[in-house]
Amino acid sequence: MLANEVREKLIAIVSRENFEDSKTERLVYSYDATPNFQSLPDAVISPRNTQEVAEILKVCNEYKVPIVPRGSGTNLCGGTCPTEGGIVLLFKQMNQILEIDEENLTVTVQPGVITLDMTNAVEARGLFYPPDPSSMKISTIGGNINENSGGLRGLKYGVTRDYVIALEVVMPNGDIIRTGGKLAKDVAGYDLTRLMVGSEGTLGIITEATLKLIPMPETKKTMLALYQDLSAAARSVSKIIANKIIPTTLEFLDQPTLKVVEDFAQIGLPTDVQAVLLIEQDGPAEVVERDLQKMAEICRQEQAVSIQMAASEEEADALRTARRAALSAIARLKPTTILEDATVPRSEIANMVQAINEIADKYKLDICTFGHAGDGNLHPTCATDARNHEEMERVEQAFAEIFSKAIELGGTITGEHGVGAMKAPYLEWKLKKEGIAVMTAIKQALDPNNILNPGKVFAKDSRKRVVVTR
Amino acid sequence: MTTLKEQEVIQQQFQQRMDEDELLNCMRCGFCLPTCPTYIESGFKESHSPRGRIALMKAVVDGLIEPDEDFERSLDLCLGCRACEPVCPSGVNYGHLLEEARDIINQNKKFSLPARAVRGAVFQGLFPHPERMRRTVGLLGFYQRSGLQTIARKIGFLGLLPKSLATMEKVLPQMPSVKEMKNRPKHLPALGVQTHRVAFFSGCLMDTMFLKTNDATMKLLQQAGCEVVIPPEQVCCGALHGHGGEKATAKELAKRNIQAFEDLDVDFIITNAGGCGAFLIDYDHLLKDDPQWCNRAKAFTEKIKDISEVLVAVDFHKKVKLTLPPQVVTYQDSCHLRNVMKTSSAPRVLLQAIEGVRYQEMKDADRCCGSAGIYNIVESESSMVMLDYKMTQAKATHATTIVTANPGCLLQMQLGIEREGLSAKMRGVHIVDLLLEAVQE
Repeated sequence: MLANEVREKLIAIVSRENFEDSKTERLVYSYDATPNFQSLPDAVISPRNTQEVAEILKVCNEYKVPIVPRGSGTNLCGGTCPTEGGIVLLFKQMNQILEIDEENLTVTVQPGVITLDMTNAVEARGLFYPPDPSSMKISTIGGNINENSGGLRGLKYGVTRDYVIALEVVMPNGDIIRTGGKLAKDVAGYDLTRLMVGSEGTLGIITEATLKLIPMPETKKTMLALYQDLSAAARSVSKIIANKIIPTTLEFLDQPTLKVVEDFAQIGLPTDVQAVLLIEQDGPAEVVERDLQKMAEICRQEQAVSIQMAASEEEADALRTARRAALSAIARLKPTTILEDATVPRSEIANMVQAINEIADKYKLDICTFGHAGDGNLHPTCATDARNHEEMERVEQAFAEIFSKAIELGGTITGEHGVGAMKAPYLEWKLKKEGIAVMTAIKQALDPNNILNPGKVFAKDSRKRVVVTR
Repeated sequence: MTTLKEQEVIQQQFQQRMDEDELLNCMRCGFCLPTCPTYIESGFKESHSPRGRIALMKAVVDGLIEPDEDFERSLDLCLGCRACEPVCPSGVNYGHLLEEARDIINQNKKFSLPARAVRGAVFQGLFPHPERMRRTVGLLGFYQRSGLQTIARKIGFLGLLPKSLATMEKVLPQMPSVKEMKNRPKHLPALGVQTHRVAFFSGCLMDTMFLKTNDATMKLLQQAGCEVVIPPEQVCCGALHGHGGEKATAKELAKRNIQAFEDLDVDFIITNAGGCGAFLIDYDHLLKDDPQWCNRAKAFTEKIKDISEVLVAVDFHKKVKLTLPPQVVTYQDSCHLRNVMKTSSAPRVLLQAIEGVRYQEMKDADRCCGSAGIYNIVESESSMVMLDYKMTQAKATHATTIVTANPGCLLQMQLGIEREGLSAKMRGVHIVDLLLEAVQE
């Protein structure tokens, strides 16, 4: 519960209609897309501009009230669940595209803009914003920046981080800072832009962003490679990269995933094969054609049983859309889907896929694996039931083992979903004590009262690393 | 308003009756958000979204919140258009959850005396009884023909009604006479070579207020080579009851309909109202806990088909020449026809087959027009916001004819045209009426 004094001050800043604290309104901001995280905030506030955000932060800082920025609540690491109560900050009134600068190839947006709306707006001008997280139709740019979201095109074009060039950020003390600029080069001081991207709302509140755009690729083509052998598909991925071809998209879907996705999308996906690679290339027509031929050849050498070209852009789009629904479609199997995004160097994809299957067998779990194989980012997803506590224990053990294996192969515990509350206990495995100490020092310097999204990234207790027995 | 005591009972019933698996099946990915009209129109309020509403229902079951006034408001404002269902990768049956929740709330709260009287009269006294429906519509016809309508309009009586109701009065179709409504066919032969034997679900409103549209439907079926059986024992589908929190009556109506149709030995049971069809096709869910009826319901639902779907399946548009004077036509989806019966391309195929028609798809044709059963009467303000958006999109197509496939949507379109002052150059029409026009041209 907020003290009455705090409540009055906050209402004075944003006005009554932008302040909600009824039980109903608090309940619907008590969760995000991460299973098993729910906690009620004390109030939900929708500021109208940066100045109001600054005023809100001053009040929160003075009274030590936690504050959690939230876009559309689609994140998968418990990043926007207000685990320590306090205020959920919404950006539904700060959702404008402020400028598309065709001379500097940038777009400047407020944090509440829906990713796909912005993508469509810039594409209408022949420009291209590559990051395309699967939730792009729902997620906001602010959320993408805070989580440093990836997507299907990450392999060739990188992730959100690679496109953020300037930010307006409100610091916990109410200071408003501007980082970067519409600049291709800028080495004036620490790279605060990059520090903020992916900081999950723990260092400052982003209120405006300028993103880099690139020219729209001339053409794009899509194909599917079908396999009866999981490792053959995974080997093809590493081999394509080793042959110095960087496709736009190189997605992996195993049979259980294919089945549920087809059940939802009904677009005629092959469900009688063990695995499928969804491959796309964009660029000048002749390059696209040549690369696709080469990749098809590599897939055949690796025992692909069939290669299918998408006949039209509609067909290609249906394939991409179906792939984006994979995670949610797995919920058709069982009510709870626990998903991870362990990431390994691309050369290790086949080893990782194999390890995941062995771990699933060992713990007797239904694990569906899909993901952005081309950039080493896999999403092993366990279909389970949160009410089955015994199985949930096994799920936890299995995922601890998957994390451990990923790190052993030179990888990481999360490629694009973020640490949030969910993976905080495992962060030390990746960063070691010393790495955590550096992060803690930064956090304390910028947010001494720990009001910004507390309980995220930093764990109260780190998990003990299990030793993998092979 | 619900008292604390009522809230307690509602909460207990939520725990006993809500399908926990279905609630858990929502994994909160948010894929439903961009399709929800109330989420969009509320300025992106999560409490007015499917994900939010499911979370609220679950929270009541879990005891995290009480089913208070805000909770009820969130459910009340839902159109029940079910646009969230086809886009849900997890396959959550939101409509079923909503129906059960509304039933629990309505059965356990004390409505004010006038509200109770109206609900009783409409849900129990009127719709389940074909004879009373005919008499009521007959009275409306008397009102229109006797000169009373002219008088009422002149003396400003309609000014006493809420604005949307007053406008609604203007757009009501010409009512048939009681005699016309009584002499309904029971059997019609196929014209030409017979390919199918079908039964026609005539519906309560459709067979009275929209009698002309029912006649057109049967004529088209005959021309398409179908022998048509119309069992006189059939009754209202029960959709209004199901959506309005009167599930018990809905189940009784369902049983009577199953009985009326099950021994007819037909290929399909045809409907021409998306709202009815969607409810009929869900009878197996409605009666799933009734061992005597669940299999019979399943057999019934497997035969339910919308008229457009059947016409396309039998190549009606290729066999019969369809012509109209040159005009631009657009189509407004009936939400339940599209989202529940999964019929969206057939009506478009038929319209595009008419010579003289330039078909222009409207932006967001799949978004609810705000009619939503009795939503436009009980939630008039919100309904008009939806309608204004719809009319903006309709106008942008430059269409002179807006086609739809459900009586509620049709009235709402006509209301929209009237509100925009466009009745001189735009009309709303049911697809079968337009098709029959095209046959006769």
